[in-house]
Amino acid sequence: MSSLDRKMDRILRREESGTARRGIKNRTLRKIFANKLSIAGFVIFAVIMLMCVCAPLFTQYSSTKVDLRSILEAPSASHIFGTDKIGRDIWARILYGGRVSIGVGFGSALIATVIGVSLGTICGYKGGWLDGVVMKLSEVLMAFPQMILVLILVTVTGQSLWNLILIFSVTGWPSMYRMARSQMLSIREEEYVQALKAFGIGSMRIAFVHMLPNAIGPIFVNVTLSTAMFILQEASLSFLGLGVPLEVATWGNILNVAQDLTILKDAPWIWLPTGIVVTLFVVSINFIGDGLRDATDPSQIG
Amino acid sequence: MAENKKNEVLIRVRGLKTWYPIKKGLLKKTAGYVKAVDDVDLEVYKGEILGVVGESGCGKTTLGKSILQLIRPYEGQVIYGEGETGRDLMRMSKQELDQMRSRMQIVFQDPYSSLNPAFTIFKSMQEPLIRFGMKNKQERREKIAGLLQAVNLPAEYMERYPNEFSGGQRQRIGIARALSVSPEFIVCDEAVSALDVSIQAQVLKLLKELKDRYNLTYMFITHDLSVVEYISDRIVVMYLGHIVEVADTEELFANTLHPYTQALLSAIPIADINKRRKRIPLQGDVPSPVNPPAGCPFHPRCPKCREECKTKAPKPVAIEKDGRPHIVCCHQVRAAI
Repeated sequence: MSSLDRKMDRILRREESGTARRGIKNRTLRKIFANKLSIAGFVIFAVIMLMCVCAPLFTQYSSTKVDLRSILEAPSASHIFGTDKIGRDIWARILYGGRVSIGVGFGSALIATVIGVSLGTICGYKGGWLDGVVMKLSEVLMAFPQMILVLILVTVTGQSLWNLILIFSVTGWPSMYRMARSQMLSIREEEYVQALKAFGIGSMRIAFVHMLPNAIGPIFVNVTLSTAMFILQEASLSFLGLGVPLEVATWGNILNVAQDLTILKDAPWIWLPTGIVVTLFVVSINFIGDGLRDATDPSQIG
Repeated sequence: MAENKKNEVLIRVRGLKTWYPIKKGLLKKTAGYVKAVDDVDLEVYKGEILGVVGESGCGKTTLGKSILQLIRPYEGQVIYGEGETGRDLMRMSKQELDQMRSRMQIVFQDPYSSLNPAFTIFKSMQEPLIRFGMKNKQERREKIAGLLQAVNLPAEYMERYPNEFSGGQRQRIGIARALSVSPEFIVCDEAVSALDVSIQAQVLKLLKELKDRYNLTYMFITHDLSVVEYISDRIVVMYLGHIVEVADTEELFANTLHPYTQALLSAIPIADINKRRKRIPLQGDVPSPVNPPAGCPFHPRCPKCREECKTKAPKPVAIEKDGRPHIVCCHQVRAAI
């Protein structure tokens, strides 16, 4: 209470002295910028993104070029994070691998969200048989072990990046669908929805234009969380050798070599920086997600 | 009381039944119905304020929403308009009904959930205007500014979000939104119940002013008898989905006929100790609308219950009083005349 009082006093003082800044008109943006943790997350996220996207600017090595003269070299001036078992530069592999890992994470999260949220919005608002069918389908998918699905697809079509994205999307949308649906179910009971109905406004417009913005906070959080989750899943599937083909550099594929106990013990420069980057990236995404959730919550002051 | 002595009917409700099916078992078989509104006949006259009172769960709100077709009734007729121009809302296609939406509107009970929290007032209020063909944004701004002023709010408020307003202000915004499409009939669903008494008076006064200015007809749903006495020209008393008594406000208060209405009116608190009437307490609870009692729905709690009431449902009797009907649904009253 007293901290709130102090905050109010500060605002009052600033207003009285005429220095109250209302630079940013948009409330959501203003609230995001007020959240320090999410700004920190955003900075880390942006740095990693930038370095991955502009990888050639930060390293002269290729991520796939084998150099048998420099195998398992410790970090040095020429290879800042050292090299792996077949002499590939780890730093280059982290940068180029990030492109693929982030791409898989975001791509899958985006596809899963688009499918899940559109279905959830329609079904949550309209209900009826469609909702029943989609609900059962999502239950089946959520109960189905993802690993088996991956194994089946890998054996049928072979390992590929697109298969991974496909599997993540297929297994990822049900949770999005359930979240969006439950949001819509509670928003549906609000009286402003009834008011819109009383004006004869179409149900698709009510659902997507009027109700969805009120569910966007949890959806955002879920997008970021599933991005993080998919990046981790990619890493673990690749670690097991089931993910992206091994010759493609991804964060998971770099970590794959850490299955070898000698490398785990004697060459920490291979897996430690990669692990740190993955962790940093995932944590930064989660911070951004939290910031977005708070910023898009219209019932919070700010 | 009513200024409109011509008794021009705006809405005629016939045999309206709003039943909700109860689904049971794996195959979702209909096991019965919740009879929220059961066999209601009612006229709404042009230019009147029709009060609807009753206990919680008696079907007042369902009746209002059923008339507006926000809840699709199970059976019956809701004829909008008089004579030749009268059309049954129940038999309209969705498109036709959507066109009718500009003529009948609703003001909701809860001011905190009746505005979209993610939208500014302007964004919320422009939606019906766009829907009914106001394409120009500047035009919409002016229209909304005018509407806000009509409910005594500054036009600048349109840029704000709902969480910046008090309950009374929100309720007035809700009223402005309902007015935006120039309706002729507005259902006020417990429109002041959620407000403080002082704010209630303000909003009631505003509603009366707006009625005169825009030639509106209200159906005023409330459980608050003093509110209904203040605002209504005519009162409908409901019990368990049925209408038990309909009369002009003065007539109803002066010459209460139905035992339920008598009990209800006796419960109004009166400050003056010399004017206190005898309280008629009711026994038991309102029966479930799933299994309404046979005969008169009120008979298990009625102090004047006789054998006939337990088996035979009473038919409405109209008693003429100064040329205006006083309708009551009771065997005792029928026997008395």
